[in-house]
Amino acid sequence: MGSCPAASCKRVPFPKPLVKTRALVNLCAAVAAVMVIGLIAAQPVLSKDSPDITSDELARGKRLFQNYCGRCHGMRGAGGLGPSLARVSLRHAPDQAGLMSVISNGIPGTEMPGTWAFSSADTKAVAAYVCSLGQVVQTPTMGDRFRGEAICNGKRACATCHIIRGIGGTRGPDLTDVGRRRGSDHLRRALVDPGAAHREESSEELSVWGYVRFLSVRAATLDGRGIEGVRVNEDAFTIQIRDAENRLYSLRKAELKEVRKEFGKSIMPSYGSILSDGELEDLLAYLAGLRGNE
Amino acid sequence: MCFVVSTSFSRIAEGQAPYARIRDAEREPGSWLTYSGSYRSQRFSTLRQINVANVASLKPVWVYQLRSPGTFEASPIVADGIIHIVEPPSTVTALDLRTGRQLWSWRPSMPRDVKALGFPKTNRGMAILDEMVFVGTLDAHLVALDAKTGAVRGDVVVADNKTGHAITCAPLALDGKIIIGISGGEAGIRGFLDAYEPSTGKRLWRFWTTPATGEPGNETWGGDSWKRGGGATWVTGSYDPELNLLHWGIGNPGPDWNGDVRPGDNLHTCALVALDASMGKLKWHFQFTPHDTHDWDANQIPVLVDAAIGGRMRKLVAMANRNAFYYLLDRETGEFLMGVPFAKQNWAKGLDARGRPIVLPNTEPSEKGTLVFPSLQGAANWHSPSYSPMTGLFYVAAREMGSYYFKTEVEFEPGSLYLGGGEQALSGDQSSGAVRALDLTTGQMKWEFRLHSPPWAGLMAAAGGLLFGGTNEGNFFALDAQTGKTLWEFQAGGPIRANPVTFLAGEQQRVAIAAGNALFVFGL
Repeated sequence: MGSCPAASCKRVPFPKPLVKTRALVNLCAAVAAVMVIGLIAAQPVLSKDSPDITSDELARGKRLFQNYCGRCHGMRGAGGLGPSLARVSLRHAPDQAGLMSVISNGIPGTEMPGTWAFSSADTKAVAAYVCSLGQVVQTPTMGDRFRGEAICNGKRACATCHIIRGIGGTRGPDLTDVGRRRGSDHLRRALVDPGAAHREESSEELSVWGYVRFLSVRAATLDGRGIEGVRVNEDAFTIQIRDAENRLYSLRKAELKEVRKEFGKSIMPSYGSILSDGELEDLLAYLAGLRGNE
Repeated sequence: MCFVVSTSFSRIAEGQAPYARIRDAEREPGSWLTYSGSYRSQRFSTLRQINVANVASLKPVWVYQLRSPGTFEASPIVADGIIHIVEPPSTVTALDLRTGRQLWSWRPSMPRDVKALGFPKTNRGMAILDEMVFVGTLDAHLVALDAKTGAVRGDVVVADNKTGHAITCAPLALDGKIIIGISGGEAGIRGFLDAYEPSTGKRLWRFWTTPATGEPGNETWGGDSWKRGGGATWVTGSYDPELNLLHWGIGNPGPDWNGDVRPGDNLHTCALVALDASMGKLKWHFQFTPHDTHDWDANQIPVLVDAAIGGRMRKLVAMANRNAFYYLLDRETGEFLMGVPFAKQNWAKGLDARGRPIVLPNTEPSEKGTLVFPSLQGAANWHSPSYSPMTGLFYVAAREMGSYYFKTEVEFEPGSLYLGGGEQALSGDQSSGAVRALDLTTGQMKWEFRLHSPPWAGLMAAAGGLLFGGTNEGNFFALDAQTGKTLWEFQAGGPIRANPVTFLAGEQQRVAIAAGNALFVFGL
């Protein structure tokens, strides 16, 4: 897992730091500390390892973001004309310097402009706020991750639907770094009430321009066939569906009687009643420990 | 900068596009001589070689790929064997109509930190007049280029880009005038519409969209808020040569979402104005959205049509407005004739007898966010509608999307965003779009074709019984203009944020559309 900046660990009563990406950890740890302390007063977060971010600066970053970035990225940073920034890693800003550079200089070849009007302090404040949008809160899990791995690989066969380290199915999200992207509370909800977690997914970490990923769909063709699976892509004329056996269907809507979309439903079964409480905690510990290449 | 007067200006050469030719553009369907195809802006062509019977076999003839990627929203100009496009942000390129091979390309020298406050670094088109093409650049210059060579014939500064002024719209060429609009409605500019003399670059008139102290309409602004009150003119308007009236949509007031600093109706923002083209004097105005706080610019295409209303022929102007209402006005007097919603809206109970919206309570932007339909991008936007005199239908690519509107404190600083809030749109699966065919005179929907997402592509009807349109997902399509049935579809591989045009290459009808980072030209 990512390094735990000493200062934030000492000051923050969480056993693990709030993380964004490995390389963004310094700035984000400082942001996390401010968030935990509370946005009450200009309280400096002092560390020789991390930039100083005060609650006032974070609030200023939010104001600047809303004024300069909200028009495209949305006032909550959840996307609009531009992509959602409420995610743990940003494609064009893999590290802190990258994020500051994107804010200052924009992204050539895209509509993302540089903010020449910002001072370096402004840039830092906005970066801190952007960083705060994708915060993932990890709370301790009591389970044994080795037992959890055995459950995942054994009778529960997570890999039927999920890729873990390059192996598995594609009916659900790749779990290789799910512990970095998702907090343990979300993971617990996803195991117990997958539909609710899916609804949360659609309102927070939107996939592409707000379109729900792994949306359950049922298509009925004019010649009476039924196809059930998850939506892979869609436009006004066509839809692409992947079924439970990982078969891809390319369908023209003109040849369909109906396409039923089941928002808020997940094709994943609830493991709340399948697993014992202990097994659930073990599986959770395993998933929380999946952190990609960190 | 000064204008260089061409020594060859008076020479009549092959390929000139004099005013009379532009005025009569509808009689010359083999060319596409103005942004919207003609002064009436119907974006309709009488070409019928491609029609309902054969459109299924339409295929690409050639593709021109942009030399540098960007947001490609241009509507081409076609004349005399050349198709002119504007590549983003302001590069003019001339292509051989038959082959797509480049003839020349002119790229302006612009500062690296050129400002585009609140919109993409793009350009939507140009104008042709006599032997020159005219383009507005992102850094707010108006440039004249030799249509055949790309040589710069003149360059004037319309406004200072450092204060957030920019140009993205196509100029409109009249008799001895180039009309050009300005962008900057999110930067607290004071909007205007300008007319320049083509041969000298001399400014002939300027119409300020927010009235100054002492002028009629100034009382609709609190204090001196009119000085930074927005009212940009960033979408090309229409022209009635008989009435000598320019019809031009005016943008949102500034700041966009916090109206507290500008009490009043804020004329002439979110209005359609009719200007005497000779002097730029206001003849009438009609305000769609008084005291707008949702960024509902009236920068849509005013479509000029003559039709019978109540048994009497009227000179009409129709507009599907960003605020989700479709309006019909008398274009000579500005009289409101009717208005009905054409997309989901929850901000107005309806329109009163004079066309003023009856605004519902609790629809203002707020600190916590107020959910209102349509979103700030509107139920319509800059992308063009179309009108077919053959079907009597007005076609609009409608956007179905709501937004949480936020209001924040705001301070004016020249050259910076002046917004006072923002939105969080209900995007993705919570939004959609539709091509809708409305009865011109009643606004009643005759049919619709559903789109996966709120469109940014305009429409073009043609006499072959077709309606062309595009989607964000890259579909370029032809519908039966009478019924809305899909007749043809092509996946262009990139989002379509542009308006279709049609013309003849030799004897062959072509249809062109900008998609992704390429211009596609189709034929049978």
